[in-house]
Amino acid sequence: MDLKELYQEIILDHGKNPRNLRKTENFNKDAKGHNPLCGDKVHVFLKIDEKKNISDISFEGSGCAISMASASIMTDLMKEKKEKEVKELIEDFLQMIKESPEMKTKIISENEKTKLMSLSGVKQYPMRVKCATLAWHTLTSAMKNSQEETNTEKFD
Amino acid sequence: MNINKIKKQFPIFNNKVHNNDLVYLDSANSSQKPQMVVDRIYDFYTKEFSNVGRSVHYLAVAATNLYENTRTMMQKYINAKDPNEIVFTKGATEAINLVANTFGQKFLREGDEILLTELEHHSNYVPWHYLRKLKGVKINFAEINNDGEITLESIEKSITPKTKMIAITHLSNVTGAILPIKEITSLAHSKNIPVLIDGCQGAPHLKLDMQDIDCDFYAISCHKMYGPTGLGILYAKKKWLDALPPYQGGGGMIREVKKEGISFGDLPNKYEAGTMATAQVIAFGESIKFLNQIGIENIEKHESELTKYGEEVLRKNNSVKLVGNPKNKGSVLSFTLDGIHAHDIATILDEDGVAIRAGHHCCQILHDKLGLSATARASLGVYNTKDDLDKLNESINKCKKIFDR
Ligand SMILES: Cc1ncc(COP(=O)(O)O)c(C=O)c1O
Repeated sequence: MDLKELYQEIILDHGKNPRNLRKTENFNKDAKGHNPLCGDKVHVFLKIDEKKNISDISFEGSGCAISMASASIMTDLMKEKKEKEVKELIEDFLQMIKESPEMKTKIISENEKTKLMSLSGVKQYPMRVKCATLAWHTLTSAMKNSQEETNTEKFD
Repeated sequence: MNINKIKKQFPIFNNKVHNNDLVYLDSANSSQKPQMVVDRIYDFYTKEFSNVGRSVHYLAVAATNLYENTRTMMQKYINAKDPNEIVFTKGATEAINLVANTFGQKFLREGDEILLTELEHHSNYVPWHYLRKLKGVKINFAEINNDGEITLESIEKSITPKTKMIAITHLSNVTGAILPIKEITSLAHSKNIPVLIDGCQGAPHLKLDMQDIDCDFYAISCHKMYGPTGLGILYAKKKWLDALPPYQGGGGMIREVKKEGISFGDLPNKYEAGTMATAQVIAFGESIKFLNQIGIENIEKHESELTKYGEEVLRKNNSVKLVGNPKNKGSVLSFTLDGIHAHDIATILDEDGVAIRAGHHCCQILHDKLGLSATARASLGVYNTKDDLDKLNESINKCKKIFDR
């Protein structure tokens, strides 16, 4: 157990001052996510242009430092990404949080990967994994423009 | 009262958590178990096991007697009039579902109202919610005041000519408010309204006298009373258990079964269908013994002192905000920390072996009302000491250090 690893500076920074914590004007896709266990809530807004690029992404919500930092870092990274790339990134991130020691994707820089890896501290805290993944599952729903609320209890 | 001696009866405290002594502050969620309760389960399975109430052989008769013995012990413990007023269930949740379901079936019609409070645990809301769809009943919530209390006046204001049931908590598992249940019951009865008390948080901490309180139903969760999981108790006045229909159907609860129809058994079997949590019931007898050995008055005194001490310590800590400020408060200390979410607090405290709960504690209505998405909660049991509360405070200060980096 290492709290310093869980609460790294970058997580505290994003947790206390989340980036993109607002509502995209003229968003064309969105979804809500909820973790019933701890009450964390996130609402992801997307503006996807004709070329299927994410021209803007933002979120509203409340929750612990881990879930806010995760949503903040995620939204920062997804800007200007293509829809296909978003899917690949989500999959790779979830894989990393669940089991693999690193991220495989080539879409983002090593620097950006390091940022995401800072969330891997939750691996030692099984009850907190859902905090780190809520925004990502919700983004998946938003891409599908799913009206059904994403519920982390449905995921393992 | 020697707390160290009492604490020694709980084997869990022999273990370390993350290399620290366990500071268990989550008894409102579930209490730890004394050795005598654990031993009783082991002994029953190894030396005395049989199903109850069915066979005539030696073991079956002995087991049935032990099982019924707990019923009588519980009757005496809460001063019920009759042992048949004690119904075993799988938990307080099932006890409340039993009442909502059978009372709803028999006595409720479209437009009838049920009065709850904003303090209620989901277990004392969701079972009634079903009746909205099923019967078209309306649910009203008596409002809390600024101190997180429910007063007699708040209940009185919310009663209408259509109120057919008042279902309220004895002791809030979030603000710690102890409700004036005797006065509320007397007011309700003056208007011919029955009262159900969710006694989950009352039973482990307060002296209970059903005949004095005079409520119609009182739901208990045995695992919060130093007893085993999988067991709850519904106290109900005999007139209700006679009048209400059975809840679940199955073996044990019937008298005669024919192809054309069925007749039901007498109390207490009428509400105890199927094989019950036999070992748990028998072991719960030891929990009652444990409580009696210490004396509930002594427990009340000890916990009330601790609660006051905990309030003092946390009030002195400038970054802590206590949730609720009831005058009559049970052993629950819910709080928030400026800028640190409850889940982060709980994870950081856990590293020091300090076990608390974080979240909405199954009270979303209350948290919405308070405008909080989550709170941290330290709750006390008979084994806690002032030292535990000092450790809680130290760990809270550590949270601040980590977050203020
Ligand atoms: C006030 C209150 N009511 C009801 C319950 C439900 O009890 P159980 O889960 O044992 O059925 C609890 C326990 O969590 C509680 O604290």
